[in-house]
Amino acid sequence: MKNLLNAIGLGIIRVISEMGRMMLLFIDSILWVFRPPYRPFLIVKQMEFVGVKSTLVVIITGLFTGGVLALQTYYGFKMFSAESLVGATVGLSMTRELGPVLTSLMVTGRAGSAMAAEIGTMRVTEQIDALSVLAVNPVEYLIVPRVIAGVIMLPILTAISDFLGIIGGYFVGVELLGISSGAYINKLIQYVDLSDLYNGLIKAACFGLILTFVGCYKGYTTSGGAEGVGRATTQGVVLASAMILIADYFLTALMF
Amino acid sequence: MIRLVNVEKSFGDQKVLNRLNLTIDEGKITVIMGRSGEGKSVLLKHIIGLLRPDEGEIWVNDKEITHLKARELNEVRRQFGMLFQEAALFDSMTVGENVAFPLKEHTGKHEKEIETLVMNILREVGLEGVEDKMPSQLSGGMKKRVGLARALALNPKIVLFDEPTTGLDPIMTKAIADLILDTRKKFAVTAVVISHDIPLTFKIADEIAMLYEGRIIEKAPPEEFSKSDIPVIQKFLNAQKLSVAFTGGRK
Repeated sequence: MKNLLNAIGLGIIRVISEMGRMMLLFIDSILWVFRPPYRPFLIVKQMEFVGVKSTLVVIITGLFTGGVLALQTYYGFKMFSAESLVGATVGLSMTRELGPVLTSLMVTGRAGSAMAAEIGTMRVTEQIDALSVLAVNPVEYLIVPRVIAGVIMLPILTAISDFLGIIGGYFVGVELLGISSGAYINKLIQYVDLSDLYNGLIKAACFGLILTFVGCYKGYTTSGGAEGVGRATTQGVVLASAMILIADYFLTALMF
Repeated sequence: MIRLVNVEKSFGDQKVLNRLNLTIDEGKITVIMGRSGEGKSVLLKHIIGLLRPDEGEIWVNDKEITHLKARELNEVRRQFGMLFQEAALFDSMTVGENVAFPLKEHTGKHEKEIETLVMNILREVGLEGVEDKMPSQLSGGMKKRVGLARALALNPKIVLFDEPTTGLDPIMTKAIADLILDTRKKFAVTAVVISHDIPLTFKIADEIAMLYEGRIIEKAPPEEFSKSDIPVIQKFLNAQKLSVAFTGGRK
């Protein structure tokens, strides 16, 4: 019994101290966003990595998510002769939820993991120490450009995903299942507000912050050689994904 | 001059540095010896502020660095260059970009000027025509040379070497030893070298310090050091002689 309590206590202490470390690094990173030197070149490079190189994945995810949404809702709505609402359903689901969440999860898998692995490798091969020794702050040099790139690029990727989801839904609903094109578009415009779209994009920016920062944090605190890098990468993806889903609930509760 | 006063450092329950005192003289090559896992690298990382001690003071010239803020610490670090054990080259950059990195960050010099400087420094460490290679294309010895070139780029007053010959063959070991002596001569630096390689130590050292159980138990010029009557030191020196005799005998 005493051992069990001991283990639980130790676990709690570990979680809280990890949260504390993460918070400290987060505050440090935010402060460095506003302090010189500013590194536009590195930010653009990271924007290319996070954004441009994730485009294909996001296009595929968006198209097929929209398509499957139309397919699923069509059969349900048909029972109530409400097929015309498929467009509105696809539009609302994509802009409010699926666009931002699925895009972020995909980018976490692609870019968040790569950040954890790259920074983790730099940690275990002393490259981060080398940066410090060369009087360059590693947080400012490594973490800040990545986080800024994530916050800028995720809304853009999400907008692409939203748009393609609606196109995918249109293709499946109108072309394959025979809903009238006018009904799909009319209801879409009638029910989807501009606020749905931009609230979704704000969410995406928050998720972009989470996934890049968690990836960087896990990489930055890596220890234990190649095995440690592997562990950091896995933990980074799992933690970022979980945090995105948790944050999604609270942001949704706040916004809508 | 670098002075460590009563420095203590623990990791968890393990005390690595235990009220350690050490003075490193200007313009000399001081080699810190000790067994593997004795905390030599930890000691070196304290000197350059990568680790902060739990107790004690570290003076670099007339600045106490343990309580400095990041920005002030960076100012102090500008006087330092460090060669890491595995060279720690930035593997996303070419050799040329690695050496140019500190110059671009801290000098505001023109691109062309930096390029010429990089060529010159690389030539000083005996490398030519490798600027466009990636670090992964280089051998261990070449990586160390590039690492040294990067460390020397800003004309540091103090250069730290973390196990400069570990993992190198005897010929490359000799080359690196010559390079360290050369560096001191050409750049007039204070050098702190961490090593357990005894032949290297006696070839280059002006002063040898022995780290044992978290303290410096002896610091002396090589000749005096080899005559030290501290048993641990004699044991350490003899073990190396034995291994040389053993491999010699096998031939």
